[in-house]
Amino acid sequence: MTSRIGVVTFPGTLDDQDALRAARLAGAEPVPLWHRDKDLHQVDAVVLAGGFSYGDYLRAGAISRFSPVMETVIEQARAGMPVLGICNGFQILTEAHLLPGAMLRNNHLHFVCRDQKLRVENAGTAWTADYEQGQEISVPLKNMDGRYVADERTLDELEAEGRVAFRYLDVNPNGSLRDIAGITNAAGNVVGLMPHPEHAVEPLVGTGRTDGLGFFTSILKKLVNA
Amino acid sequence: MARVVVDVMLKPEILDPQGQAVQRALPRLGFEGIADVRQGKRFELDVEGPIDEAALARIHEMAETFLANTVIEDFVVKVEEA
Repeated sequence: MTSRIGVVTFPGTLDDQDALRAARLAGAEPVPLWHRDKDLHQVDAVVLAGGFSYGDYLRAGAISRFSPVMETVIEQARAGMPVLGICNGFQILTEAHLLPGAMLRNNHLHFVCRDQKLRVENAGTAWTADYEQGQEISVPLKNMDGRYVADERTLDELEAEGRVAFRYLDVNPNGSLRDIAGITNAAGNVVGLMPHPEHAVEPLVGTGRTDGLGFFTSILKKLVNA
Repeated sequence: MARVVVDVMLKPEILDPQGQAVQRALPRLGFEGIADVRQGKRFELDVEGPIDEAALARIHEMAETFLANTVIEDFVVKVEEA
């Protein structure tokens, strides 16, 4: 049976269609999920896509975190269901305390839109198994609130446990501490990152490379082998 | 109706580029002598019913779970005198 990957749409989500498309191109059955619906419709994994849910009012991701669908996502993520948060989705995951730390306004106060080089620091998560440890990939990055912060103790803990999943290479685009672009929870099923792999899954668009497709093929392999 | 104010500020150790941008603009505008600026958020809550201990506890909980992100922000709850 084909694995079902759900993608949540909140009011203000922008990249849900790209994420659904990426899931389909990887060979999954894409399932649109609605923020007011608690039901996850038997999906095997969930993607929280990028955008500006609730207009980023209060703090990016702060209002979405309390939506009905997130009640189920939080519960299932704690039980081991794979969840990927991209950009706004990463912000939602930190607000939901599924991932430690917080996301703040870029240190230079500008919106950034660029091709971003990343190093895969942890190829052992549910969403990164198709990459190699230390592999360098290039995917688009676009954000206003992309500065990852956490206290020193949390940062040391993340480093020691190999939970820094991605690091910015060449340029730190937003002032994120220790060049952190993405992290994972201790179990490796919840991953959040600022750049957008779902925009780099076809040669015609994005960076012109398909470096982002690995996220979606990783999770498929993981689900098939589960 | 009574008013309760919740002030939310980034923790002192968190870089506040918005506050810095404001601070840097001040001398240009002729306002000298301001060594640092930090920018926060103020929530004015008009509360139905009496502001007793239970109501304040609820507001404290609201601030802690929603209005502020305590990973990066501190908050203060104040009752505003009418």
